[in-house]
Amino acid sequence: MAAVTTTTTEIRPVRRRFSLGRVAAWTVMGLIVLITLLPFYWILRTALSTNAGLGADPANPLPVDLSTSGFERALGLQSAKEAVAQGGAGGGLDFWRYLLNSVIVSTLITGCQIFFSAMAAYAFARLRWRGRDKVFGLFLAGLMVPTIFTLLPNFVLIKQLHLVDTLLGIALPSLFMTPFAVFFLRQFFMNIPSEVEEAALLDGAGKVKIFFRVILPMASTPVITLSVLTYITSWNDYFWPLMVSYSDSSRVLTVALAIFRAQTPATGVDWSGLTAATLIAALPMLVLFACFARRIVSSIGFTGIK
Amino acid sequence: MTIASSSPPSRLPVGGAEGAGTKPRTRRARSRESQGDGRLAAVFIAPAMLGFLVFLLWPTLRGVYLSFTRFNLLTPPEWVGLDNYVRMVHDPIFWDSLTVTVEYVVINIGVQTVAALAIAVLLQRLTQSAMLRGIVLTPYLMSNVVAGLVWLWILDTQLGIGNEIISAIGFDRIPFLNDETWAIPTIALINVWRHVGYTALLLFAGLQAIPNDVYEAAKVDGASEWRMFWRITMPLLRPVLAVVLIMTVIGSFQVFDTVAVTTAGGPANATNVLQYYIYGSAFGRFQFGYASAMSVALLVVLSAITVLQYRLTRAGQTDLG
Repeated sequence: MAAVTTTTTEIRPVRRRFSLGRVAAWTVMGLIVLITLLPFYWILRTALSTNAGLGADPANPLPVDLSTSGFERALGLQSAKEAVAQGGAGGGLDFWRYLLNSVIVSTLITGCQIFFSAMAAYAFARLRWRGRDKVFGLFLAGLMVPTIFTLLPNFVLIKQLHLVDTLLGIALPSLFMTPFAVFFLRQFFMNIPSEVEEAALLDGAGKVKIFFRVILPMASTPVITLSVLTYITSWNDYFWPLMVSYSDSSRVLTVALAIFRAQTPATGVDWSGLTAATLIAALPMLVLFACFARRIVSSIGFTGIK
Repeated sequence: MTIASSSPPSRLPVGGAEGAGTKPRTRRARSRESQGDGRLAAVFIAPAMLGFLVFLLWPTLRGVYLSFTRFNLLTPPEWVGLDNYVRMVHDPIFWDSLTVTVEYVVINIGVQTVAALAIAVLLQRLTQSAMLRGIVLTPYLMSNVVAGLVWLWILDTQLGIGNEIISAIGFDRIPFLNDETWAIPTIALINVWRHVGYTALLLFAGLQAIPNDVYEAAKVDGASEWRMFWRITMPLLRPVLAVVLIMTVIGSFQVFDTVAVTTAGGPANATNVLQYYIYGSAFGRFQFGYASAMSVALLVVLSAITVLQYRLTRAGQTDLG
């Protein structure tokens, strides 16, 4: 595991010898980058076009009839009449609300889940108590239950708690822990040398204080990595929010996007508006990733499972 | 100000009253400490435990229970024994959707593993650029919904750039997502696009654990890159590869989002994957009991794969030496 952390340091002197094999390899790499990134450009290009223009000139590599009307429709800035005239559905889409809902749900889940999981991980890694290993084994077994399996019963439960169609209902099942987060953080807490803790103990700090002042700060890198990945996962979740939310009050972006797609007329999809909405929905994660990219990329080996 | 300066008092056999006084205090302190640990641990674990019991353990048990009932969410579940399972075995749509799911998994995993391996090896042997790794990961930041919509547009039969290129080269346009034979492979490849970077980075991390001198020694012996890949990289990576492979298989069995936004199970049930069928049974027809029974079936399949995983990884570990 320790070897994995050194990925960022360039330990391997790359021989810059020109050869046919290297050219071929770089060509393949270039192709991969192209396939990876081109779709992003293509949705940007489409979002900045008009639907009429797209129909007239579908293969143009540049935006056709450069226009922000797609974004205006996605953000609900156009009147229904205008929207229909430009190929939109005309149905009301309260985009800012969905964005806010996504932010609330993801923030709530990430904040609580990481914090509670960290507390549990600390108890499993650094506190001595009877039955610890057995309880931890139980948590580990939870890793094997596929998420799909708990979704239906959880829906029934959320319904009985009268939390259907609320943001809390969307967040609640993953609010307290995931076995993976506990497992992941426990690994890091266990690797912190016990001398550090003992020193703090002798300085008169209690275990609670040690957790907040010593252990958590020392594990900040894995905590941040895990947080960003959790944020991305909950932001992108679709199945569970789809089950739980019925109305605008609890609709998150992923669900709203799918509805936007379903609302557009089957004969002439509002591609300009749809791609604009897609871009807006994806943008926050791209920005978040850009801020932490280096850290995440170099520690992804640890995280293993999504 | 560490252990050395403060721990001696308990060990120092200072005679008389002081020594007698120290010992019990330490013992009491120690017992207080372990007691405190227990109480503290209980507090620290309480929220996670609550989540575990209420949203993981209980639903798991309840899911199994519901699979033996007829339940429409409005009236209490009614025990029907094995009815749901009998029905499942005789339900051609269930078997169809299982077949479709397996077809999806095979294509998705086949292509994704080869592509991820290629990317990981290229990243390792060609360059260690963190930026390149970041680029490869970007599709993973998209939701399945976004990825589905993006490719829905690119592959659109009339206006999509994919089909524009195909017709420019001189072929017929392909109705990728509207055709029974093309739909599942297309959805599988869309999800490869989204996930391959993440899988590649996992494999890349595994590759980093292979010591570089092995490659250098091989190079001195005149081995080609191709030969080194088969003789060094593959055998040493096999344990990591096995774990990653099984993880991605389990993940891809749970395909839903992409299907939901691109084809909605169609055309003619061609992309009616198991998850989608389960969802439809529960929320479309309110057959929660039957849907639960199918979830149990899926759980059994996935557990079998997990068992296989342990077999594979163990076999792989002896290989690593």
